[in-house]
Amino acid sequence: MNRFSFSRWLGILIKEFIQLKRDRLTFGMIVGIPIIQLMLFGFAINSDPKHLPTAVVMADPGPFARAYVAAMENSDYFKIIGSVDEREADRLLDRSAVQFVVTFPVGFHRDLVRGKTPTLLVEADASDPVAVGGAISVLNHLGMEVFAPDLPGIKLPTAPSLELRVHRRYNPESLSAYNVVPGLLGVILTMTMVLMTGLAMTRERERGTFENLLATPATPVEVMTGKIVPYILIGLIQVTLILLAARWVFDVPMHGSLILLYGMVLLFICANLTLGITFSSIARNQLQAMQMTFFFFLPSILLSGFMFPFRGMPEWAQAVGNVLPLTHFLMLVRGILLKGNGPALLWGHTWPILLFIAAVLALGLKTFRRTLD
Amino acid sequence: MNSVPLVIDVTGINKRFGDKHVVRNLDLQVKQGEIFGFLGPNGSGKTTSIRMLCGLLTPDSGQGTCLGLDVLKESAAIKRQVGYMTQKFSLWDDLSIAENLDFVARMFGMKERRAAVELALEELDLAGRRHQLAGTLSGGWKQRLALASCLLHRPKLLLLDEPTAGVDPKARRDFWEQIHQLSAAGITVLVSTHYMDEAERCHRLAYIAYGTLLASGTAAEVVASQKLHTWQISGDGLHGLAERLRQLPGAELVASFGATLHVSGRERARLQASLEAFLQNTSLTMASVSPSLEDAFIHLMQGSQDTFGS
Repeated sequence: MNRFSFSRWLGILIKEFIQLKRDRLTFGMIVGIPIIQLMLFGFAINSDPKHLPTAVVMADPGPFARAYVAAMENSDYFKIIGSVDEREADRLLDRSAVQFVVTFPVGFHRDLVRGKTPTLLVEADASDPVAVGGAISVLNHLGMEVFAPDLPGIKLPTAPSLELRVHRRYNPESLSAYNVVPGLLGVILTMTMVLMTGLAMTRERERGTFENLLATPATPVEVMTGKIVPYILIGLIQVTLILLAARWVFDVPMHGSLILLYGMVLLFICANLTLGITFSSIARNQLQAMQMTFFFFLPSILLSGFMFPFRGMPEWAQAVGNVLPLTHFLMLVRGILLKGNGPALLWGHTWPILLFIAAVLALGLKTFRRTLD
Repeated sequence: MNSVPLVIDVTGINKRFGDKHVVRNLDLQVKQGEIFGFLGPNGSGKTTSIRMLCGLLTPDSGQGTCLGLDVLKESAAIKRQVGYMTQKFSLWDDLSIAENLDFVARMFGMKERRAAVELALEELDLAGRRHQLAGTLSGGWKQRLALASCLLHRPKLLLLDEPTAGVDPKARRDFWEQIHQLSAAGITVLVSTHYMDEAERCHRLAYIAYGTLLASGTAAEVVASQKLHTWQISGDGLHGLAERLRQLPGAELVASFGATLHVSGRERARLQASLEAFLQNTSLTMASVSPSLEDAFIHLMQGSQDTFGS
């Protein structure tokens, strides 16, 4: 048998490094991925979100209610956006504009003074149970000391008491499946759609068959769309499988219109396919297309609100997240399935996806033309 | 002489990739029904020229027509009437022979698609292998399939980029038989090759090196244009002589041909004198022969400078 030769081994080592150096993109990814992603996610991710937008329904505006609201804000977990009526509060929750609605009942002040136990209603958008957990537990510990004893002219009973009634809306049992399963819909579509289309075009180029395709009268639009449609069908099959499992295995409620849901799924698929096709016209080979996909996939998972509560991230990270189609798709899917949102409430998360498609498509067409020559 | 229409007629074609000037001022005239050989070393711009002719690349400058259509503006229309066979096998490995042909027929929007595919399978003797995946075919069969696919839409012009690379001699001969039949039927063929025997089968030739067209005409014209005089040296002990022969005054080119050496130069008298002196005390013999196409090409190649380097 051949003995281990150090110089041979060194030869292989050197060749590997030279090749690595030549493959700029891989090299960039090796250095860039850990640094960028570490900075991004290290600072961005926070599973104990604070400053959650909260609306107040004030049926009895009095000093105690005001003191309680002030105490909530001081806890850092709540950001009071204002006082609204009940109908508006419902709408805000449906639109995901607020995470909490706190209702102070009629006679709140009077009951407290008389030593009765008034009920404070806290409605939480629990479609993502993790996002509200910390805030609710803080609320439970928000003791009676918030009602300062030296409020002028008011005498409190020795032990004022307050009943806190928490409604976890949309997901009363705080089942994480309600949040994760619809989210997976988006994650799986992102993964497969971007990757499959990315590979579909680079495969042609890598094998040399692209040249043959270009030698035929086929136009770029025919080639691009002809390659996309099969993947749209694959995406729809995946969605149907996940939805069937969500319904029959995980008992995820489906309050909204399924047709509307499929419409949004199509929009989301389009966004991912456009991105995949664009990747494939930039990437020189299948490996690069794969690397680009992962470079996109990681922030999609971590910054979209799938893995960690979106509101737990600092503003700049939310801004990054807002660019990603998955962020908006998650809101759309949860809105339709868990909250039964109709089209009017969904527009706010539809246009960012449309904008994303338009921007990526423009980039894709530009690079596609360049590769023809 | 000009009664036969020109199928390819381009002048002053240029193409650059970045700072590489890949094709310079290419002039090319190919007559209808002609088999036109395109020769030159690797990387000389043959493939780029062919791609520009069939509309895959747009020339940076220049003008001309291909099948009467403007090469700069009407590439879509040109594609429909041209059959282009790529240098590397570029059909789909994971489709069967019949599926590949069917796909290409659809791409060209053929009306009688099924009939055309059947006919192509028949003509090229591929019918028995119709369900075999293209990726599992041997070199010769792949080449047959590639030719079948670019003939499918009945093109008037065939552009073949090194079609016989890696194909065995028998398959190569069959291939050339077919090319001549197509030419007889009025189809124009432009074929690039490295093989001298194939070059000699062409009606006319062009030699391109480092992006510049160096010579064109019939094989005899190309040879004559080099004004070479060639002696064939034969006998025992030729090994190792080539280097010494090359040093002789008047010897520009030494090339081995089987068991003999060809020594060529443009100054007949000077070369003859130095050869005679060199061979005086040896058992080797020398004979004046007409220079071959290969001599002419090697001479052309030596004379051109590699302007791509450095």
